[in-house]
Amino acid sequence: MAALVEPVVGGIDPLTPVPHRVVAVDRETSDVVTLTLDPLSEVLVPALPGQFVMVWAFGVGEIPVSVSGVDDAGRFALTVRAVGPVSNAVVAARPGDTLGARGPYGTAWPIADAKDRDVLVVAGGLGLAPLRTAIDELGGGGPRRLTVVVGAREPDQVLFTADQRRWRDLGVDVQITVDAASWRWDGAVGTATDVVARLGAAHDIAFVCGPELMMTSAARAAIAQGTDPANVWVSLERNMHCGIAHCGRCQLGALLLCRDGAVVRWDRVVELLRERGR
Amino acid sequence: MDRSRVIDPQKGLDALVRELAAAGYRVVGPIVRDGAIVYDDVTSGSDLPTGCASDQAPGRWRLRIDDEPTRFGWTPGADSWKRFLAPAHQEVLRIRRHDGSWVSEAPPPPDRPLALVGARDCELRAVAVLDRVLLDADRPDAQYAGRRRDTFVVATTCGVPSATCWCTSIGGGPQPHHGFDLRLTELHEGGHRLLVESGSELGTEVLGRIPGRLATDVDHVAAEAVVARAVEHLPPRLPGSDLPALLAGSASHARWEQVAQRCLSCGNCTMVCPTCFCSTFDDTTVLTDDGSAPVETVRRQHWASCFELDHSNLGGVPVRATIAARYRQWLTHKLETWPAQFEVTGCVGCGRCTTWCPAAIDIVHEAGVLIGADDRSGAGRREEQP
Ligand SMILES: Cc1cc2nc3c(=O)[nH]c(=O)nc-3n(C[C@H](O)[C@H](O)[C@H](O)COP(=O)(O)OP(=O)(O)OC[C@H]3O[C@@H](n4cnc5c(N)ncnc54)[C@H](O)[C@@H]3O)c2cc1C
Ligand code: SF4
Ligand code: SF4
Repeated sequence: MAALVEPVVGGIDPLTPVPHRVVAVDRETSDVVTLTLDPLSEVLVPALPGQFVMVWAFGVGEIPVSVSGVDDAGRFALTVRAVGPVSNAVVAARPGDTLGARGPYGTAWPIADAKDRDVLVVAGGLGLAPLRTAIDELGGGGPRRLTVVVGAREPDQVLFTADQRRWRDLGVDVQITVDAASWRWDGAVGTATDVVARLGAAHDIAFVCGPELMMTSAARAAIAQGTDPANVWVSLERNMHCGIAHCGRCQLGALLLCRDGAVVRWDRVVELLRERGR
Repeated sequence: MDRSRVIDPQKGLDALVRELAAAGYRVVGPIVRDGAIVYDDVTSGSDLPTGCASDQAPGRWRLRIDDEPTRFGWTPGADSWKRFLAPAHQEVLRIRRHDGSWVSEAPPPPDRPLALVGARDCELRAVAVLDRVLLDADRPDAQYAGRRRDTFVVATTCGVPSATCWCTSIGGGPQPHHGFDLRLTELHEGGHRLLVESGSELGTEVLGRIPGRLATDVDHVAAEAVVARAVEHLPPRLPGSDLPALLAGSASHARWEQVAQRCLSCGNCTMVCPTCFCSTFDDTTVLTDDGSAPVETVRRQHWASCFELDHSNLGGVPVRATIAARYRQWLTHKLETWPAQFEVTGCVGCGRCTTWCPAAIDIVHEAGVLIGADDRSGAGRREEQP
């Protein structure tokens, strides 16, 4: 009963973190930074918008993080919030430090489907990170119309403000809203879902990413205005240890989110998300 | 060369184990230890159990030993071959800082391929399930692939199924038809002997080196009778291949809360299951004496269970916070969602999870309630006892 495949000999074990040098650290908010990583040896395949990598901090551990920027030289960006041991170690990295990365893994936003369409992008909090390269691509032409709704808890939690200016210059309708405003804030107050509900127009296709409850309500709001549920895409998060569908941690019903997600079609998950604890 | 022969249950097994060891295999098989049957290295046929039977019921496994010379009259215990192919704990990488970067080293592949002696049909199908999960062509699990490579399998027909076995309800058993090099069927009528049939060229070669005689029609007919009698002990209990469709939509069933009243969330069911593959990776760093930055870290993988609270952690908070949610995840993964993920059924009907559940929860009975079927076999009845 011979094995079905040959063992990996000499090649790279799929679990081996590939060393990358941190070449830039940009502070986005009090607990979020964007790191730019430059490959030291092997160059990973460039991530498609929405894909993620497993990031490894020496001696601490490994976590999934979405790729928030790519360039032609194999460099890529990660935007990380410090919440636990590994993310704290990643956020604490300084230029010159070495971090591991392997991937990219998972599904991508269906950018090609957005061509010549009226496109809605909704991001809540850090959910803008996996959408950043998608908006960059979409903003470069493709959709007939592009509306980006960005929600943040507070004004100083709004990510990628420079990118937002750039997107506006490209003709993108960027709408920012915060849950709670300070006296200096003259923008909208309320949730991203409130903004979507006020848009008053059906969109051909919608990409939504943020906390699960926010995605659920924003997706429903888009659908309520006439967007076809089969054209609404969300990016879901579950615990992941391996990224290659071996560790069993990222299950959501029949989906293994590291392989069948993180970007999934809304109508395929709406039932799964209805019941708590899946 | 002969593809089927009859060997002596003592001398023949001795010769088989010896042949496999001489051919360079690490031979593992069933042995009796601490009042149970476990799998471990064997050096001779006499290491394998003799006169053993196992009584199984939900929450109960007892070894019975009598004077009979029977070799395979028992059904498996908690142990499974998974432990040899995907061990409960293993090192997967050792990473050392080097010159502003690091070098990593995977443990060497095993020095010898495995020979599994006495594998049942459910167990072979469980190995096939693990193959599906861990040997996907794009990203094979290097450790598993190394251990799984060139495995020699001596399978066994089950003549005496236990009360918790339900393999035939989920597409298998009691006789292996695929995935073996040799298949043993223990015969009693007309003299105690083992019918050995080859399932591969390599099996035929090995068989040629074992003393015995050519099998006759009488032997084959006797083997068919063994299978037929075993099937009689395996009444249909669940509509196996229809389960995914029947369980779809069960997420809000009241039964999950009821079973959660009894389930301890101990994870025994997942630890004994031969197909459960969930795992955790941990990095352990070797501290330095002088407090300087650590230079070496070891990544280890160990079995995880969907009954562990942190299994579903997101940002430090479990998604499946209740036992009902965790039991639902486990049962629906086994019986509903697995085929959509890996194109095979995740459960092989071995009954281990039922036997080794300290609360005597029977997966068959629970699934039967969920799909509205009446489980008449009685195996699940113990749950009504205090
Ligand atoms: C597809 C996907 C994309 C994501 N994208 C982003 C993103 O762009 N930005 C972002 O900030 N967050 C992102 N996240 C969330 C991020 O992965 C979590 O915030 C992170 O896992 C938290 O890890 P932690 O160790 O900091 O905290 P914890 O919640 O305490 O730990 C979570 C996980 O970290 C790992 N871990 C912790 N300690 C160890 C250890 N000692 N050894 C080995 N492993 C360990 C384990 O896998 C553990 O389950 C994403 C998650 C997913 C699933
Ligand atoms: S779920 Fe239970 S019956 Fe099915 S393979 Fe696992 S241990 Fe055996
Ligand atoms: S079903 Fe039984 S074995 Fe499984 S976790 Fe619950 S009490 Fe433990």
